[in-house]
Order: sequence, then structure tokens, then C-alpha cells
Amino acid sequence: MSPTLRTVGLALALLVASAASAAAASGGPLGEQGARQLLTRAGFAPSAGEVARFAPLTQHAAVDRLLAESVDTAATPAPAWIDDRIVLLRELRALSDEERRAELQRQVRMGLELRGWWLREMATTESPLTERMTLFWHNHFVSAQPKVRWAQLMYRQNVLLRRHALGRFDVLLHQVARDPAMLVYLDTALNRRGAPNENFAREAMELFTLGEGRYGEADIKDAARAFTGWSFDPATGQFVFRRGLHDGGHKTVLGRSGPLDGDAVLDVLLSQPSTAEFVVSKLWREFVSPVPDAARVRPIADEFRSSGWRIDVAVRALLLQPEVIQRSEENALVKSPVELVVGLLRQSEGRLVAPAAAAVAMAGMGQNLFSPPNVRGWPGGDAWINTATLLARKQFVERALSPAPPDARPAMAMAAPAGEDGAEGLQRRLRMLEQVRSVRVDPDAWLKSAGLAPERPLSGTERARLEGVVLSVPPTVHAADGTLGLDVLRAAVLDPAYQLK
Amino acid sequence: MDRRRFLAGAFGTLSCSVLPAWASSSALARLLVLVELRGGNDGLNTVVPVDNGRYHDLRPRLGLKPDAVVRLADGPALHPSLGALEPLWAAGEVAVLQGVGYPRPNLSHFRSIEIWDTASDSEQVLQTGWLTRALQSTGDFSRYSADGVVLGAPDLGPLGGGARAIALNDPARFAALARLANGEAAPSRGALAHLVRVEADIARAGASIRPDAVFTTEFPRGPVGQAVKHAAGIAATGQVPVIRLALPGFDTHQNQLQVHGALLKQVADAVVALRLALTEQSLWDRTLVLTYSEFGRRPLENQTGGTDHGTASALFAFGPLVRGGVYGEAPDLQRLDDNGNARHAIDFRSIYAELLERLWQIPSERVLQKRHAPIGYLRA
Repeated sequence: MSPTLRTVGLALALLVASAASAAAASGGPLGEQGARQLLTRAGFAPSAGEVARFAPLTQHAAVDRLLAESVDTAATPAPAWIDDRIVLLRELRALSDEERRAELQRQVRMGLELRGWWLREMATTESPLTERMTLFWHNHFVSAQPKVRWAQLMYRQNVLLRRHALGRFDVLLHQVARDPAMLVYLDTALNRRGAPNENFAREAMELFTLGEGRYGEADIKDAARAFTGWSFDPATGQFVFRRGLHDGGHKTVLGRSGPLDGDAVLDVLLSQPSTAEFVVSKLWREFVSPVPDAARVRPIADEFRSSGWRIDVAVRALLLQPEVIQRSEENALVKSPVELVVGLLRQSEGRLVAPAAAAVAMAGMGQNLFSPPNVRGWPGGDAWINTATLLARKQFVERALSPAPPDARPAMAMAAPAGEDGAEGLQRRLRMLEQVRSVRVDPDAWLKSAGLAPERPLSGTERARLEGVVLSVPPTVHAADGTLGLDVLRAAVLDPAYQLK
Repeated sequence: MDRRRFLAGAFGTLSCSVLPAWASSSALARLLVLVELRGGNDGLNTVVPVDNGRYHDLRPRLGLKPDAVVRLADGPALHPSLGALEPLWAAGEVAVLQGVGYPRPNLSHFRSIEIWDTASDSEQVLQTGWLTRALQSTGDFSRYSADGVVLGAPDLGPLGGGARAIALNDPARFAALARLANGEAAPSRGALAHLVRVEADIARAGASIRPDAVFTTEFPRGPVGQAVKHAAGIAATGQVPVIRLALPGFDTHQNQLQVHGALLKQVADAVVALRLALTEQSLWDRTLVLTYSEFGRRPLENQTGGTDHGTASALFAFGPLVRGGVYGEAPDLQRLDDNGNARHAIDFRSIYAELLERLWQIPSERVLQKRHAPIGYLRA
């Protein structure tokens, strides 16, 4: 598209946008609708209170506030076991059958608690943007618990990702490369002189920095040698450099030669222009629209690099794009399961009654926290939605809004009856957990927070207002005028439009 | 569709496990079951060049010993975990496809499986799966309730980019929840268009893909066995031409000896159970099972008891529609490429081409961009 055409296109888009968001785009206050769009895009679907706080601000002021209010630690108390010593595989093998079973069960329980812990933090945080960015990095610098095994290491990686979520990308990259969960996940801990393992070197180039096709196989082979000797001490769970296992020989990576070590290789990767563009394009798809606009990505990538890799600088530039506050079918993004569940909780001010069960239900929607399907992470976008995941989403929302009485299944599912310890028993218990009503939404209260009465037929204007509060794009099917508020609300959350932000 | 008609359609098919009338004679009624070995299956330890000294040089620890492998009668040596396949081989129902790959191989999992799924050239990016293009190249498949069912995978693979693909984990639960889908939403743009289409797919398939066949076959325990059971149930409805099973875990960078053995046993047990179950339903003689993987693994073992990403690998095709035997060539271990990987003997697209033409009489040239000569692994 030529620049002129793009300008015309943009102008047209602004023309058709509502008067309020046109005002916002030209520097006026966001208004309720604009604030809701921005908060949904930059965090999770907001409560009425959050909307009211941001509505008077301009997009600039609102984005500045979101960044100023970011945090670098979680407020939810950490699980009790985070500093427990990890039980090594050889120790596990030395246990009696009964002890081993108990230990494996403890590990499963820890994994569930960990997921519940993060979900609770996302549902209650004062800085949704911090959690979205932590999740973004979890999906960028992927490690997954099935391979890492130890929940303690997954927890520590999560702490690391949050600490640098809006900090400096170069620091984060170097820290992640020596993070114990990553050292296990991509086999760096097994990588030694004379016996290089290419796993980390390859993914560091393909997925963490340059993007596929911007390096050669020879670069990977030499980079793998540079990371030899990077390991961790199981007793402390801390990174250690084992000099005796390191290959100090001559290497060449992307044209840079010398006795490169791992940090030097990461610096070579950071020196390549494609790294900034790769990361900014990915952030664009996270926050702005499904297809990055290369002409607008490039200056943001330049700014990102020249700022000393300040992530907040890139995120700020992205959140100031006009698409972020527009209600547009064209640019709508599919909510991740996390955004669906946490957004539902926050916008309805619902209750997270069984966090671990909610996390298991999210796995059924295709997003098992701490366990992305592979090193590329969740691909996101339209790929979130297939027939299985869409039904899982709808069932979850329907159940959350249903008036069913509280049930005792979470406790039942977690208390393992004796003799039910095998993989099959575990599967069964997880399936039970998935069916638990883990989130409770009071539709009456939600309607009242939108200024509407539940048991009264809504006028056309009221119906449109409610759809505007609940949905980021208009529903595919409009309820008839005169439909009861409760029914409009149910139809809206079950409409395909509810899956979008 | 209103609710009453929807329910009538749903329950109307509940008691009906026989194939639709049109299906019984037509080539269309043939079923393709794809088994994806995710992560890159080690072809060299699947079909084992056990008498090749170079193999044992390259794999001092991982190499399978001559007395450990399963030697098929007048055929190749297989990993010991594949012993359950011997009766199929004896019945002429196994085609071993060796050295399958493509020129200028890519060693990224994601890019390489994309190449396999879209049947593209190495440097070419295509947006649609090869089965999507094939099924859409003829109107005949519109008689099915859906183009395919994907069991237990997060992606649609070769059914991506527009096929009416149904992803599900448990068909009974899928059928029960299908009421939540609205098949009548207005057409839309962007991501909403995708959502609306998936809703319509659910509404249509939910009314018909309701497995009610009862099997005497004993299915393997565990998630893979469950998936095979579901696959057999779905096959028995006769409502889809393609079923894809995805088996994870084949990226064996470490501890391969133990892990790979368990994985291959799953594959063999799954194929054996599927054969029994579909034989019960008189469906096996019209079924083709094909395994595939994004790549094989490097001939030289690594130092962590595993193997790194490789290239050409061995595939299997199973069923009465195959011509039992060995096709292609075992990797030449003396002539590896610059990365120490095998050169391919068969382009995977020639396997697809023959499949399209002989299974369904679909002209393959347009689907696969050019003509690929058949290698003869399927009966004409």
C-alpha cells in the first residue's frame, strides 16, 4: 500500500469510528468506550471502576499512567514451597515406590498451585499490563513444566520475567539464558565441550531474537559451543559456569569471530537489526492488530534499540497506535484463554473460587499456563479458535454465569482417594477439575455496574450500551428490543464477538 | 437452523451407525488416517540399518544391536518396540517408505512441519494445507459432514487454511456441547469471520458426528489409546474422509533409548488396535493409515543420549490399500550432507500425489503445484 493510500485508509477508519474515539484519537479524552478498548488491549477487560478512572484521560496520558503503574513483583503471596530443595531424578529413583508416588503427587499439586497462583495474581493485580507482559515473555522465552519438572524453577523464571517485563530486553535475554528452568528446558545444562547440544543455540536465534531464516547452520553449531559449561547447581537452583566443560576455542557467529562465550553470542544476536524488528512485530500482534504494519514497526524497532532496549519505550509506542482504541472488526484480535477468563472475572467483578481448576479449564481451551505446547509457544491469533477450544470457552463462560449452587468437586477432585495415584487416576481428577465451576459471575451485579436493571426489558439504547460494555466489537446477532437485561448479557457473552478484543 | 430441527437432526443420527448410502460404492468413502509423530521421529532407529557398520560407528550408544531388532520376513529390521507390526507385514499391509524428505531441508520444527503440512517447496510459504486444497479441488467431499477430524492436536496441520476441520478431544463431549454453537451468524470480517465459520462447522458436525459404534477391540490404555478409540468411533460414522492423530514427544534430544522405545510402542499398538476396530466395522479394507513427521534425526548421536534435528526419515503406510514392501532407499551414511544429515530418496510430495490419485482419484498436479511420479506404494 502506498503511503498516500495508507493515510487515506487511516482517515477513513477514523471517520467511521464513533465521535468519542475520533476525539480521543485527535488528543481528546478517551471516553468510556476508548478507555475500555485501551484497557482491554493493554491488560484485561476492565471493571466499570477501572473504566471510570481512565475515561477522562487522553490516550497519551492513559498510556503513561499504565506504564507508571507497572510493577516488578507479584502482590499475591507466593506458594509455600518455592524455596524447597528440588528432588533430583536420581534421588527420586532411590525412593521406595510409595515415597516416589507421594513425591510425584506433590509435584503435580505444586504445578497446579503454581498455575492458580499466577491466575489469582492476574485476576487481582493493580497492573494488568505487567501481567500481560509477563505472559508475553513466558510465551517468548518459553519453558514448559513437563520437561523442566520442578515447579520451583518455573516459579523463579516467572519472577524473573515479571521483574524485567517492562525493563530492558538485553538484560532479560542474558538473564533468561542462564535461568535454571531455561537451562533444563532447552538442554543447555547438558551442553559441554566436545559434545555440543544445539537446542538452545538454535531456538535463541530462531525464536528469541533474529527470527527463522536469518542465520545459517554453521552459526548454530558455533553458538552451541559458546554456551557449553552453562549449568546450574541443583542444591541451590542457581546458575553456575563450569569452566572445565566450556569450549574456549575459536568460533564464528554471524560474521563475528573469536573465542566467543555465551554472553558474547547473545550480544552478537542483539547487534542484528532484525532482532528489534522481530520482537516489535510480535508485540504489535499482541497489542495492536493481527498484521504488523512494517512501515510503522521499523521506527518503533529503531527507538527500541537506540533506547538501550527499553521494553517500556516499545510498548508505549505500540499502545499509542490508533488501532488500540478503535472498535473495529478488521483489527480485532482473538483473546487468549487467559484474557478470556481473567477478563470475564475483572469486567464482571466475579469471584475466582477455584484458581487451579480454572487453570485446568484453560488448558482445555488450549492454554495451559507454565506449559506451552512447544518452544515456539502458543501461536495465538486465529489459531486459538478451533471447534474444540471454542466449545471449551463457551462452556466455561456459560457455567460461570449459571445460577448453579456451589459444588464440592474441587475438594473432592484434589483429595486423591487411596489407590488412585497412577497416571489414569490423575487424568480422571484433572478432567473432574476441568468441569468445576471455578469462576462465579453474578449477572445481576454485572448489569447493575453497567447501570441496568436485570429483570427489566431493555430499550434499544440500553441494549446497545450493554453490548458496548461487554463486547469489543458488535455482536453477530443482536437481541431484539425489549429483551430482558439478563438475556442480553447471556447472549452477548456467548456470541462469537465475545472472543475478541 | 431452529432448535427443534437441530435436535431432530442430532437424535436422528444417534441410532444410525451404517454408512450413508452414497458412501458404500464410491472411492470417496475411503478413509485416510494420518498419524503425526510430533517433534521429529528418528527414522534410523525406526527402520534400522542394523547390518551397516557405519550406523554403529555413528551411534555407539544409541545404535540398536543386531540381536535386538525385529527382522521382518524378507524385509527391513525394525525397532524392537514395533514387533506388533509383524502380522500386518505378513499380510502385505505395510509399505515402508525410506529416505523421505525434500530438497534444501529446513531443521526448524515449525518451519519444516509447515512445509510438510502445506506441501510447499523449502523456501516457499503457502497458506493452505495440502488436504485443504485437495478436498476443495472437487465438490464431492461436500457430502461429508466435515472434511476431517483432528484428535488431540492444537493445530489443524494439513487441514489448515480453510477446510471444514473439526478439532476435538472426546466426540461424545463434542456432540453434547455443540448446542452452544450458532450456525446462523451473519458473515463477518477479520478474526470474527473465522469464529463464525468455526461455529457453523460445529453446528453441522455436532448434528452428525456422534459415534455410537460398540467395539470388542481392546484399545491400549492411556491418552493415545483413548484417541485411537475415538478415531475408530468417528470412522464408523462414515461422516469424514480424514482423521488426524497427533502423537507428541518425538523430539528426543536426550535419553532417547528409553523414550523412543516407549513412543514407538504407542505407534504400533495404536495401528494394531485401529486395524482390529475398523475390521470389526468392515471399514479396514477402505482405510489408509500414513505416518509422518517434520524430519528425521541426525545420524550421529549427540552426547546427551539423544539425537539432534535431522532430515530424511522413514514413514509407514498401512492397510489393505497399500502394496506391501519397501520403497525408496535407506540413507547413505557415507554420503551425509554438510550438517551430517541424510539426503532424501523420496520427495514427500510424491507420497501425497499418489495418495490423492489412488485413494480418491483427485488429480494431484494442481494441488501439489507440479506432477510427482507415483512410487507405487498404493494399489492402483
